[in-house]
Amino acid sequence: MLTVSGLNVFHSNLQVVWDLSFHVDKGELVTMIGPNGAGKTTTVETIIGINRKATGSILFDGESILGSRPYDLFKKGLALVPEKREIFPTMPVIENLLLGGTGKKDPDKTLDRIFRLFPVLRERKQQKAGTLSGGEQQMLAIGRALMSEPRLLILDEPSTGLSPLLTGQVFRSLEQLGREGMTILLLEQNVRNALAMCNRGYVLENGRIVQEGKSKELLHDPRIQKAYLGF
Amino acid sequence: MNHVDLQVGPDEIVGLVGPNGAGKTTLLNIISGILPPTSGTISFCGKDITGLRADKICRSGIAKTFQIAESFPNLTAQQCVMIGVLFGNSRVPSMNEAQTLALEILADVNFPQEKTGTLIRNLNVVELKRLQLARALACRPKLLLLDELTTGLNPKESKEAVGLIRNIRDRGTSILIIEHVMSVIMGVSDRIVVLDHGKKIADGRPYEVVNNQLVIDTYLGDIDAF
Repeated sequence: MLTVSGLNVFHSNLQVVWDLSFHVDKGELVTMIGPNGAGKTTTVETIIGINRKATGSILFDGESILGSRPYDLFKKGLALVPEKREIFPTMPVIENLLLGGTGKKDPDKTLDRIFRLFPVLRERKQQKAGTLSGGEQQMLAIGRALMSEPRLLILDEPSTGLSPLLTGQVFRSLEQLGREGMTILLLEQNVRNALAMCNRGYVLENGRIVQEGKSKELLHDPRIQKAYLGF
Repeated sequence: MNHVDLQVGPDEIVGLVGPNGAGKTTLLNIISGILPPTSGTISFCGKDITGLRADKICRSGIAKTFQIAESFPNLTAQQCVMIGVLFGNSRVPSMNEAQTLALEILADVNFPQEKTGTLIRNLNVVELKRLQLARALACRPKLLLLDELTTGLNPKESKEAVGLIRNIRDRGTSILIIEHVMSVIMGVSDRIVVLDHGKKIADGRPYEVVNNQLVIDTYLGDIDAF
């Protein structure tokens, strides 16, 4: 579904991603892990069209999307839960969610699903989004992305700021989405949960993929355990 | 907040946990003077500081970091810390002294030396977190309030943060910390306070709190999953 090959990305004149190649097949849950500053966010910002200073190729359903605008990619079925949430603080929760469902035929049905997933958003739907707690804003960012019924959902550290109980719930609901056929690319610091949930994983360090494989293999790899799991 | 009683002793690290929306950040905002309490009192080192302005509270010895680590995008890291050095404490050093102190504090929190002149908007998450901590420490607080300092860090980076937090306490600063990462909060706190819907539901040593059924039900869930 998504095939990235030989991707190089620049910030001004500084190259931050080097010759990156990876793929996410339809129905797969794939995670990309790595320390802060490795280039994970830069990579997704390039896929989603926010950062266009890049060379190489990005194919979505076989079509080249490198250089496309974010709103065109949204129409093609790509959605991102951004690292910094980027909700609209002065708009009510419900309007933030409906924005995510722009152009969709049956937003109410999706809305219902999101309210089942995050009941607090239903309770607070008329409240300005900026008055939500940090964790609630994270739920809203995830909900807004789901409103577009994406074919590929990219999440940049969705567990940030969520309680352990809620983190568990979010991971379980992502797994459930996966079972229902959603394709997911997950960037996470919560390495243990991310690898437990996903089929495959890539390890990104200093802008390069240094390791890839089945999640089970990565979980038991001594180098990963030492560097990421804190053993 | 609903009738919350909370104490932080000298050289104590107290962890504040609770479900999202429980009021943790609100409580830190009230202590630091960003929000006023409707009723109740806050005293610090024997003095009533209820309702004082945030800058006065900061100068009296309470500094805070924020959940989203963004501030002054067009200042350099060093300049940002100088703000704390110059304005965060009643003692005002000379400009030269402030420049030197800022660099020393950045080094203390392991901020990369080659980036002290970098604009804040070009820093990555770990660097921003270290910078936030440096700016707060620059006020030379007796009590440090940390709001999700290790959020967004991986387990290895979090481990380093735990070491930094312990060092700060060992040098005589009490700490009240909000954190969802269990390995951090359990590892670093002498005592843990649990909030839910603005009320305190537990207060005790880490092992007592993790075994409290109410805390498990409202906050931890299936702890084996972590």
